[in-house]
Amino acid sequence: MKVLVPVKRVVDYNVKIRVKADQTGVETANVKMSMNPFDEIAVEQAVRMKEAGQAEEVIAVSIGPQQAQETIRTALAMGADRGILVQHDGEVEPLAVAKILKAVAEAEGPGVILCGKQAIDDDANQTAQMLSALLGWPQATFVSKLEIGSDEATATREVDGGLETIKVKLPAVCSVDLRLNEPRYASLPNIMKAKKKPIDTKSPADLGVDPAPRLTTVKVAEPPPRQAGVKVADVAELVAKLRDEAKVIG
Amino acid sequence: MQTSAPSDHDELRDALRALCQEFPSDYHREHASKDIYPEDFINALTRDGWLAAMIPEEYGGSGLGLTEASIVMEEINRSGGNAGHCHGQMYNMGTLLRHGSEEQKRAYLPGIASGDLRLQSMAVTEPTTGTDTTKLKTTAMRKGDRYIVNGQKVWISRIQHSDLMILLARTTPLPEVKRKSEGMSIFIVDLKDALGNGMEISPIKNMVGHETNEVFFDNLEIPAENLIGEEGKGFRYILDGLNAERTLIAAECIGDGYWFLERATQYANERIVFDRPIGQNQGVQFPLAKAYVNVEAANLMRFEACRRFDAGEACGAQANMAKLLAADASWEAANACLQTHGGFGFAEEYDIERKFKETRLYQVAPISTNLILSYVAEHILGLPRSF
Ligand SMILES: Cc1cc2nc3c(=O)[nH]c(=O)nc-3n(C[C@H](O)[C@H](O)[C@H](O)COP(=O)(O)OP(=O)(O)OC[C@H]3O[C@@H](n4cnc5c(N)ncnc54)[C@H](O)[C@@H]3O)c2cc1C
Repeated sequence: MKVLVPVKRVVDYNVKIRVKADQTGVETANVKMSMNPFDEIAVEQAVRMKEAGQAEEVIAVSIGPQQAQETIRTALAMGADRGILVQHDGEVEPLAVAKILKAVAEAEGPGVILCGKQAIDDDANQTAQMLSALLGWPQATFVSKLEIGSDEATATREVDGGLETIKVKLPAVCSVDLRLNEPRYASLPNIMKAKKKPIDTKSPADLGVDPAPRLTTVKVAEPPPRQAGVKVADVAELVAKLRDEAKVIG
Repeated sequence: MQTSAPSDHDELRDALRALCQEFPSDYHREHASKDIYPEDFINALTRDGWLAAMIPEEYGGSGLGLTEASIVMEEINRSGGNAGHCHGQMYNMGTLLRHGSEEQKRAYLPGIASGDLRLQSMAVTEPTTGTDTTKLKTTAMRKGDRYIVNGQKVWISRIQHSDLMILLARTTPLPEVKRKSEGMSIFIVDLKDALGNGMEISPIKNMVGHETNEVFFDNLEIPAENLIGEEGKGFRYILDGLNAERTLIAAECIGDGYWFLERATQYANERIVFDRPIGQNQGVQFPLAKAYVNVEAANLMRFEACRRFDAGEACGAQANMAKLLAADASWEAANACLQTHGGFGFAEEYDIERKFKETRLYQVAPISTNLILSYVAEHILGLPRSF
C-alpha cells in the first residue's frame, strides 16, 4: 500500500516566538523553520511501515510556499520516496488543507494517511478530522500505537484518563501523538539520496481547491508577562488566597 | 546564536546537531576526565556517514567538498565535543585519494567509508626534529618487496583507535638528495599487523585528552605495495593535504568559539551579582563582543578557503590565515568565557576548563602559530626565508 504523509513547515520549536509589531501574526522573517514535530513522527511511522514490508511507497506532501520543499526534503532524507508540493504563498486554513489533501489522496489512493495530530504553529488540531470526513474514511486520532493489518488497522489512542484501542477499516486517516515513536535523524548518505528523489509541484487550482481563508485574524498578542509569585506561610493562607484573590476555588 | 555562515547547509547542520545532541556535555566530560576515547560518538558519526563526507561516491562516500567536511568538524566542536578524536580521517583520506593508486583506493576507501576501517593516524612529528620536518630521522629502506622502517615518532594520535596509519619516512638519506624536501616517502601502515612486529607505542598522558603516543620502529616491515605514490615525493604529498587540514582545523576552532560564546552569554544573562545580571556590565560584555567579532571574521576567511579549495583554486593563503584567525579567536573566546564564569568556570561540571584546554591546542598543533606567520611573511609578503 501507499502511505501519504502531510508535512507542514513551521517555525522551529526551539525558536522564541515574537509577535509582529502590527499584531497581525508572528514574525517568520529570518526565523528558523522546520518540519512540524508531530509530522516527523508520522514520517517515521510511515518509513517504519515501509521497512517492515507493510508499505510500498511513502509520499510526503506539503502545502505552502516554495521553501516548503525543504520540509519535503527532510521527509525524503528520513526515508520517504517522493514528494508533492502544493505551492501556495498565503495562509492556508485547516479546511483548505483538508480539501487539498483529499484531492491528493484521491489521485494517489493511499492505504493510510498519517498526519501529525496538530501543527505547533496554530495548534488547530482539525485537519485530520476534516480530511476523514471529506473522504468518508474512518479516523483514528491521537494515535500512540499503530498496527496495520491487511484491511484494517488497530490504533491505540491517548484519551483523557487512559488509552483507548480501536479498529478502523482501511483506507483510514490517522493523526499521530508524541509517544508513537522517536523519529530518526537523517544520515549523510540519505540526505544526499533525498536530493535526487522527485518532488512534484502543483497548485491548489490544479487540484480544484480555492484556498482563500474563511477566517479573519483579529489580533495576535503576546501572552501577559508572568507576575512574580508570593510566598505563603501555611496551607490556610494558601487556601484563603486561592479563594479570595485568585478566585479559583469556591 | 546568529552567525555569518551561509544557510545552504542548514539541512546538514540540523541532522548533525540532532546526532550530536544524543551525546550531551556530560558524555564528553565523562570521557575526557577518564581519558576514554568517545567510541560511541565516533561510531555514530561513522554510521551516519559524516566522516566519509569527502570520499567520492564511487568508493561509498558522499563526494562532498571541504565546505561540508568543515561543517562536520565545526558542529562536533560546537556541540561540546572534540573533533580531535576523529579529524585525522578527514585529512588522511585526502592523501590516499589524491596520491594513492587505484588498487589502494579500491582496497581502503570503501572500508573507510563504511566504517569497517579507520584511517585516523598520521605519523610525521619526531622528537628530535619537531617542526623541521625535512630533517626527520625515521628511515624506510627498500629490501626486495618490502621496506624496513627504523626510527621514532612522537605525538602520533589515535593509533589505538585506528586500523591504518600514514607514515612519513626518509627513503633516501638527506646528504644524497638535491633538495631537503626530496627523498621522503609515505606509506600505509596496517597498525594491527605492525603492533608488536617492529612497532611499539607508548601513550603520552596530556592536557587535552588526546589518545596520542610515542612510536618506536625497530625493523618494521611494510609491503612495498603500501608505498603511496612515487618514492621520494612523500613530503610534497603531505604538504598537498595541509590546506585542507588547516581549513578543517579552523572550522573546529570556530565551532569552539561559538560554543564558548553561547555558554558565556547564557551565563552572563543569568548570573545575578550586585542585583543585576553580570552581562549588564560593559566590562563583561565587551570581551564577549570582541571575541564574537573575531570568530565571525575568522569564519568568513574559513568559508573563503573552503570555496577556493572546492573550486580547485589556490587556497594556501586563505587556509593558513583562516587557521591563524580561528585559533586566536577561539582562544580569545575561551578566555572571555572562563572569565565570565568567574570561579565556576574552573569547575569540571561546567565543561569550560575542558574546552579551554582543548582549544588551546590549536595554537600549537597540528601547526604552530609562528609557522603560519612565517608562511604568510615568506610566501605571501615575499620576505626573505628565515629557515
Ligand atoms: C595533542 C597533540 C597531538 C598531536 N598529534 C599529532 C599527530 O597525530 N601526528 C603528528 O605527526 N604530529 C602530531 N602532533 C605534533 C604537532 O604537530 C607538533 O607538536 C607541532 O607541529 C609542533 O612541533 P614540536 O612540538 O616539535 O615543536 P617545535 O618544533 O619544537 O617548536 C616549539 C616552538 O618553537 C616555535 N618555533 C620552532 N621553529 C621556529 C621558527 N623557525 N620560527 C619561529 N618559531 C619557531 C614553534 O612555533 C613552537 O611554538 C601532535 C601534538 C599534540 C600536542
